[in-house]
Amino acid sequence: MVAVTLWGSLSAVAGGKTKHEIEAKDIRELFRKLAEQYPGIEPWIDRGIAVAIDGVIYRDTWSKELPAGAEIFLLPRLAGG
Amino acid sequence: MNFDPRYSGRNFSSVGTRPIRPDGVDKVTGRARYGADFNMAGQLVGRILRSPHAHAVIKKIDTSKAEKLAGVKAVITAKDLPDLTDGDAAMYDILDNSMARTKALYDGHAVAAVAAIDARTARQALKLIEVDYEVLPHVTDVDEAAQHHAPLINDQIFTEGLEEKPAKPSNVTKRTQFGHGDVHKGFAQADFIVERSFKTEQTHQGYIEPHACVASVNADGTAELWVCTQGHFVYRQHCAQLLGLEASKLRVTSSEIGGGFGGKTHVWAEPVALALSRKAGRPVKLVMTRDEVFRASGPTSATSIDVRIGAKKDGTITAAEATLRYSCGPYAGSWAEIGAMTAFACYKLENVKTVGYEVLVNRPKTAAYRAPSAPMAAFAVESAVDELAKEIGMDPVDFRIKNAAQEGTRASYGPVYGPIGIGPTLEAVKNHPHMKAPLKAYQGRGMACGFWFNFGGQTCTDLNIGMDGSVSLAVGTVDVGGSRASLSLVAAEELGIDYAQVKAIVADTSSLGYNDMTDGSRGTFSSSMATISAARNAIKVLKDRAAQMWDIPVEDVTWEKGHAVAKGEKYGNLSPLSLKDIAAKSGTTGGPIAGHSELVADGAGVSFATHICDVEVDPETGSTRVIRYTVVQDAGKAVHPTYVEGQYQGGAAQGIGWALNEEYIYGKDGRLQNAGFLDYRIPVCSDLPMIDTQILEIPNPNHPYGVRGVGETSIVPPLAAIANAVSNAVGVRMSHIPMSPPRILAALDAEREG
Repeated sequence: MVAVTLWGSLSAVAGGKTKHEIEAKDIRELFRKLAEQYPGIEPWIDRGIAVAIDGVIYRDTWSKELPAGAEIFLLPRLAGG
Repeated sequence: MNFDPRYSGRNFSSVGTRPIRPDGVDKVTGRARYGADFNMAGQLVGRILRSPHAHAVIKKIDTSKAEKLAGVKAVITAKDLPDLTDGDAAMYDILDNSMARTKALYDGHAVAAVAAIDARTARQALKLIEVDYEVLPHVTDVDEAAQHHAPLINDQIFTEGLEEKPAKPSNVTKRTQFGHGDVHKGFAQADFIVERSFKTEQTHQGYIEPHACVASVNADGTAELWVCTQGHFVYRQHCAQLLGLEASKLRVTSSEIGGGFGGKTHVWAEPVALALSRKAGRPVKLVMTRDEVFRASGPTSATSIDVRIGAKKDGTITAAEATLRYSCGPYAGSWAEIGAMTAFACYKLENVKTVGYEVLVNRPKTAAYRAPSAPMAAFAVESAVDELAKEIGMDPVDFRIKNAAQEGTRASYGPVYGPIGIGPTLEAVKNHPHMKAPLKAYQGRGMACGFWFNFGGQTCTDLNIGMDGSVSLAVGTVDVGGSRASLSLVAAEELGIDYAQVKAIVADTSSLGYNDMTDGSRGTFSSSMATISAARNAIKVLKDRAAQMWDIPVEDVTWEKGHAVAKGEKYGNLSPLSLKDIAAKSGTTGGPIAGHSELVADGAGVSFATHICDVEVDPETGSTRVIRYTVVQDAGKAVHPTYVEGQYQGGAAQGIGWALNEEYIYGKDGRLQNAGFLDYRIPVCSDLPMIDTQILEIPNPNHPYGVRGVGETSIVPPLAAIANAVSNAVGVRMSHIPMSPPRILAALDAEREG
């Protein structure tokens, strides 16, 4: 079980809750379970969500494991120059 | 990903040295081929007709006269680029921006295009195209556009991110919010509060090379595109989707690039060139003029930002909040969102709140510009931080050190930081001789901090070893700042050979797997990771071939300093085999020797910088001259220190132009008044002092060599550092960028008049 925090706009499509407890071993499973629970989140995942694991931001490595007790924070996928 | 990216703390032989860049000679002799330097047999000249109106319904386009003109081979409108985006809103916006469909949304919006045998005929043909417009009210100012009574740019847009869906459409496309704690409580604890509003005007990335391409669509459905871009694989995806081509049949080759800075991260005229070529049945070359570059490509957001920060007498910040409004051009974007995330990222704050509003205006589609959105937010916040330090009576560097984020701090955008470099850059600035140098009358000193995320992404690299022992490195990230030199150093380091033995190229889209574009400061970070991985794979092959040559088990072979070495006393009579020795025998030991890598480079690590700036202001003319400038930034590990310094200097130079002179000026008619370098003034060498740099090397734990991205963060602090310097020089807080002479004189007059 990992504790996941959603940024403000995303929490609006996740039952208005910022904090969620999810049983997920990696980013892929986290996204799948969030989408199962909150279908409105799927278009956001398609558009791109970044995942900060203990402060390190991952954008595409969906196989990245979510260590027990880690801080998991979902963020908008950003543009760069 | 079968690759361990963790930092290993090794010693370096090649990395950290400063060899001459492999593309240098061609660039200084004029042989390097940029976007407009490529030609194909039978190519036509493409030209685009652009709207003179800021906002207008396109009632009818009559191309018949242009089509009849001798020498015209194709005329296209939006009908020739049908909507194939299948509900992808972002791609639809790119399509509509490439060629307006029902409305012209800004002065310069493309409405039709021609391909003709020469430029003169193409220009004549544009004049023969008749467009019937119904001119609509327009709005170009970000604050005016956000008002309820403003002309609506898209009546299908209802503000996202509000608690309840609004009943009426709006130019405000989205509201986003970040932060934690309770700002009301925090402000109640404050002894001092600074509250101020700031504005920044829209600027262009100012790349010297205009957008340019040559497109050729063949009758069999294959196509080629030669183009100046920051990401040829991304351009392939965009063009294939927009034109209904199979991606594998569209071969895109990136030219040398004369600057991009985010402005060449999505397509502009390229789909138009391909559509013209498809219709004409001949190659088409399309090169934007400078006027078109300004009117129809690239600018960053104009912004309007309110900041409030409170602190105790001892200098502890108790609360900080900001409301940020960013213009997006006429299409939805997430520019204020990034500003809201980065605004207070340098600080350790218990109570922080930022709210961003994305605002549509009748200006060109906003594009990324080097650490997009962060410089404007930093300008507002760092100006207020300086003012607050002054009110408390603290040194501005000490005030920032006291409140700087550190490992374990919850970032204002959400997560808790790991090891970060803001503290070391501030300590370096505090101890820098620049901070102690004397100033004369009308001179002022300012400093400011900046933050940027950095990121990695999909990356693919091939490393091929020739029979003569030379190494070809094919990468897919466009070289915007010397990465071919850096990546050659990395290949040399990993293989244990000389830098001169390695030749790096940027491969085309048919020769290599997909690569994300060079943005987010990812070029050297990502491709160096893939190069290390490819080199390690090649070393496995080299060891196997050496084992064959010696007829010993491969487990008994190690790779040391560019040589295969047989382990153990029993092989004492076997001399090490160099890479060259092994390559020479490759034909009889299994054929070509190569290493390949495809990976997602993640874990780029956030980046911080602190800048110091001295200016001299002429109180009679309002003219400002930067007389000394110092950049301190963490590079993780500087692979090629000269090009890291170049990135630091380049970001500072662009920031100086943005801070002092550059701005889009629109007339009441909604037309851009200064679409050229004579009236839109970017700094040239004679405007700038030598920009000093100090590279800090705090290794990134998520890269084998500790590398971080370095390209973008350097443009984040300059607006604020220069604004603080000018404010200190003239004794008036400057809150509107650019601080052009008229704006400085107006501020001085206002101060005198009380």
